[in-house]
Amino acid sequence: MTTFPVEKIRADFPILQEKIRNKPLVYLDNAASCQKPQQVIDSIVHCYSHEYANVHRGVHTLSVKATDRYEGAREKVKDFINAKSTKEIIFVRGATEAINLVAQTFGKANIKAGDEILITAMEHHSNIVPWQMLCKETGAVLKVAPIDLQGELIFTEFEKLISDKTKLVSVVHMSNALGTINPVEKIIAAAKAKNIPVLLDGAQAIPHMSVDVQALDCDFYVFSGHKLYAPSGIGVLYGKQALLEAMPPYQGGGDMIRKVTFTETEYNTLPYKFEAGTPNIADVIGMGAAIDYLNEIGMDKIAAYEAELLAYATEQARQIKGLRIIGDNNHKGAILSFVLDKIHPHDIGTMLDSLGIAIRAGHHCAMPVMDFFEVPATARASFAMYNTKEEIDVLMAGIEDLIKIFG
Amino acid sequence: MFDDLRDLYQEVIFDHNRNPRNFHIMENADRKVEGFNPLCGDRLTLFLKMEGDKIIDASFQGSGCAISTASVSLMTEIVKGKTEAEADALFHQFHEMTTGKEEMIDLEAIGKLAVLAGVREYPARVKCATLAWHTLDAALKNEQASISTE
Repeated sequence: MTTFPVEKIRADFPILQEKIRNKPLVYLDNAASCQKPQQVIDSIVHCYSHEYANVHRGVHTLSVKATDRYEGAREKVKDFINAKSTKEIIFVRGATEAINLVAQTFGKANIKAGDEILITAMEHHSNIVPWQMLCKETGAVLKVAPIDLQGELIFTEFEKLISDKTKLVSVVHMSNALGTINPVEKIIAAAKAKNIPVLLDGAQAIPHMSVDVQALDCDFYVFSGHKLYAPSGIGVLYGKQALLEAMPPYQGGGDMIRKVTFTETEYNTLPYKFEAGTPNIADVIGMGAAIDYLNEIGMDKIAAYEAELLAYATEQARQIKGLRIIGDNNHKGAILSFVLDKIHPHDIGTMLDSLGIAIRAGHHCAMPVMDFFEVPATARASFAMYNTKEEIDVLMAGIEDLIKIFG
Repeated sequence: MFDDLRDLYQEVIFDHNRNPRNFHIMENADRKVEGFNPLCGDRLTLFLKMEGDKIIDASFQGSGCAISTASVSLMTEIVKGKTEAEADALFHQFHEMTTGKEEMIDLEAIGKLAVLAGVREYPARVKCATLAWHTLDAALKNEQASISTE
């Protein structure tokens, strides 16, 4: 753990110097959204201060500069997830919009009454509701592969649910409510054996591990910038070029067209076909800066450091009487979801907040997961590369104290 | 330890959370309404026994945080023997206490409920305290469906 430059990293995140209720901030709500390093903040300020204009339009210098930076960020995203081409990188608002885009374009074009879409029981609402909406419109059926009491996918049951009717498998790479990392290689292999395309919801996985979409051979991979130390309001849909080419556009407007008359419109080529209107220019550039920042540290080093943090937190949590970890398994990213005997997660959240500790208390937009574990909500501490063992000690001491006060 | 929270988590609240009053199903209830806060998963069922326009008994079932449990427990105590109009007036007083202006509150009428005044400093927790009262409001209006504070 000593080799990971956590103090240097912490110094790059100005918000970590904030005091909350007169106590040093211990920010453990990273699964909801990550904080931003100065480098990302600076890149946005620099964009608006020196290089801002609309992209893909002007012949003037600023527009050319802004376009270069914007398209440069697309190149960075492409390299970051090892896509084949920048044509496969579509900028959207976030993982949620990316899934909705796939549901409304690929889904409407390829999924019909009686067809099936297969998800898992640990999905975020964003990977449930768009499919339910599509099923309602088309008469398709949503199938849900079950999880076990450790919060892991029951793979044999998942396999059984793949049928000739399955037209898409859409699963979470890493669960936001449990921390479980799905066996995506096996999932993709099982789907490929029947020629079924696979979408991976990488919103939670992307800041914690290196992702190689070509090695995975997934058809779609979606994620949000705000969980990747990048600005909020920006995200990525990766799709294999052939699939994206065949899909109808999502929204109509400027930038997504090549030629418009009142009788007919010719759509633009990839990736612009899916980027109608002026995009979120500055925040895309900010995402490029976040990727530069992460590359400098190294995703593998981040994953190793966070694994140590999680192991330490899990070991400490297991010592606390009355604490139950929700999703207690060995295939996890840095998320500790838990409940305490007779103390509601919202009380835990308010109590810890008074100590400067930010955690999430609630259903984590995964109500079916809560129902499965028969809890109304959980408390969730989620870690990032800038967290420390000392912060975990503060958290655990806080939990012990609040258990005492509740008696 | 947790000194900043003394206004929110008063001893009365811990007491009602540990030992909620009137915590049982009422078989012969005249009114039964479910309250649900989807944000935190708090869920309660409120039972009322009426005699004319008077609430002669109140009880509840369900699970929630300390604030919502204490709030509904205290509420079932205070509304017993009140007329519908009196209970409704109390609902508005309670609402004022948790979200509105301090000078509008009739401290005498509010009585023991004053221990919940602390939530006004915690906007994320106001709904925990008011869930019980919104459920009562629905019961008084004789709405049988479930109500939700979100």
